[in-house]
Amino acid sequence: MDLGKDLVAASATPLVLAILAESDSYGYAIIKRVAELSGGQLQWTDGMLYPVLHRLERLGFVAARWAVSESGRRRKYYRITRQGRTQLVAERQRWQVVDDTLRGIWMKVCTA
Amino acid sequence: MTTFADRSHLEDQIAQWRAYLRRRRAIHAPDVEELEGHLRDQVKALTEAGLAPDEAFLVAVKRMGSLDALSREFAREHSERLWKQLVIASDAAGEPTQAARTETLVVLGLAVAAALAIKAPALFGLRLGGGDEPFYARNAGLFVLPQLTGYFAWKRGLGVVSCVWAALAFAAAGVFANVFPFAATSHTGVLTALHLPIAVWLVVGFAYTGGRYFAGAGRMDFVRFSGELFIYYALIALGGGVLTGFTMMMFQAIGIDAEWAAVGWLIPCGAMGAVIVGSWLVEAKQSVIENMAPVLTRLFTPLFTIVLLTFLATMAWTGSPIRVEREVLIAFDLLLVVVVGLVLYAASARDPEAPPDSFDRLQLVLVASALVVDGVALAAIATRISEFGFTPNRVAALGENLILLVNLAGSAWLYTQFLRGRRPFAALERWQTAYLPLYSIWAALVVIVFPPLFGYA
Repeated sequence: MDLGKDLVAASATPLVLAILAESDSYGYAIIKRVAELSGGQLQWTDGMLYPVLHRLERLGFVAARWAVSESGRRRKYYRITRQGRTQLVAERQRWQVVDDTLRGIWMKVCTA
Repeated sequence: MTTFADRSHLEDQIAQWRAYLRRRRAIHAPDVEELEGHLRDQVKALTEAGLAPDEAFLVAVKRMGSLDALSREFAREHSERLWKQLVIASDAAGEPTQAARTETLVVLGLAVAAALAIKAPALFGLRLGGGDEPFYARNAGLFVLPQLTGYFAWKRGLGVVSCVWAALAFAAAGVFANVFPFAATSHTGVLTALHLPIAVWLVVGFAYTGGRYFAGAGRMDFVRFSGELFIYYALIALGGGVLTGFTMMMFQAIGIDAEWAAVGWLIPCGAMGAVIVGSWLVEAKQSVIENMAPVLTRLFTPLFTIVLLTFLATMAWTGSPIRVEREVLIAFDLLLVVVVGLVLYAASARDPEAPPDSFDRLQLVLVASALVVDGVALAAIATRISEFGFTPNRVAALGENLILLVNLAGSAWLYTQFLRGRRPFAALERWQTAYLPLYSIWAALVVIVFPPLFGYA
């Protein structure tokens, strides 16, 4: 489904933070996890994940380190920081507000 | 089932993709590595799902998104990358490499050596600001250019034989700068001070090109380097001036006169060290930022052309002749130097394959008008010399004028040929680079032959 650029951008931060809150991960695995969670509905342009990760790193929400992967190549792993977890809680509350509001109005619109 | 041929073809494709990515300035080496890892994971997953390797590659690249969009996103996140990429080369992890660290140390060592070199004569009672300025002026290049040559000899891994030649050249320069019995106000002494740096600049070029200067290789690169160094040096000098001003002002505020420190140490040592540091900066950033010299050339070629044409028109309109005075010859020499510089730097930045454009035509107009202006000036000066005879200054200036005039005449001819499509632009570039050693050879002649010829006057 095409969500549109703005919605994808807005949902990227909470999604990435939440996935990293599950466990440390790297770019490709995060993309795969997003597809899995959304049942293939959410399709990101793969490359665009990396500027997002780098922004979160700059803001201090995630920390990165290079390690050797099972294939023998160097790979950059990301882990959520304490500050990132706080941010995730805040993001979650924000989305909750949006979700509740939309839910309320949709119940009315659909049943009307 | 993937065969070996498939695999190597895939590697080629990935290498090509990586090369495209590396060209983006906003995407650094570690990012490229990260993205490549992603691409490989994706390709692997897709081939395991049954796709052929090149199909998998296409899909993976498509999913990665367009490189333009990607590089735009990276630029937005890392806007500083388009600006500050300087000085210390970093490896993939962003740490300065061992080689870069060694180079920093070598450069700082050489800069200190140059600063000490200019203070060393003071140990033998020769003082700056104590009447020994002619000595310092004649040797100015020799305090720092050997160190600069040493830097390039080290960086380019110059052979022992080449190093010995360079050292001999500097030793000879030192001899000719100091053995002649110049009087304090000697004209030939001043000529030596002006020409010696030009002569030994050839030795720097020899080291810069890794000893292949006389084979013609890399000469244009050395021209580019010289121009960039000039610009960097001017910028560093500007900063140095501000530093000196603040030093004097602050110490004055507490009632201490710091002039001796500024004049005796800060300025001479800084002037020497800045040559080495400036060269290092040019080396470090040469691939990163657009070069400045060609930009300035583009800016000033039209302006100089307008001034020259206006000058010619005014002279023709009013009929006023050139008043031949002491400085006129030098002024016209400098004009030719500027025009040759404009031609040279325009050539250095030009794509030799590109067809003639309006800028080439403008260059030809510039060269032609400079030739006419100089021809008028030369005629005036020739009569002056035939009346009052030769002096070292006049002969030196006349010789330089002739050398530059021949260069410009050749350039005008080759430009015309190029604009008519008879010769490639490379012919002009070859002419310019082949001409370069001549300047240094003439300067060496002035240093070696003129003083005895004119009785050290």
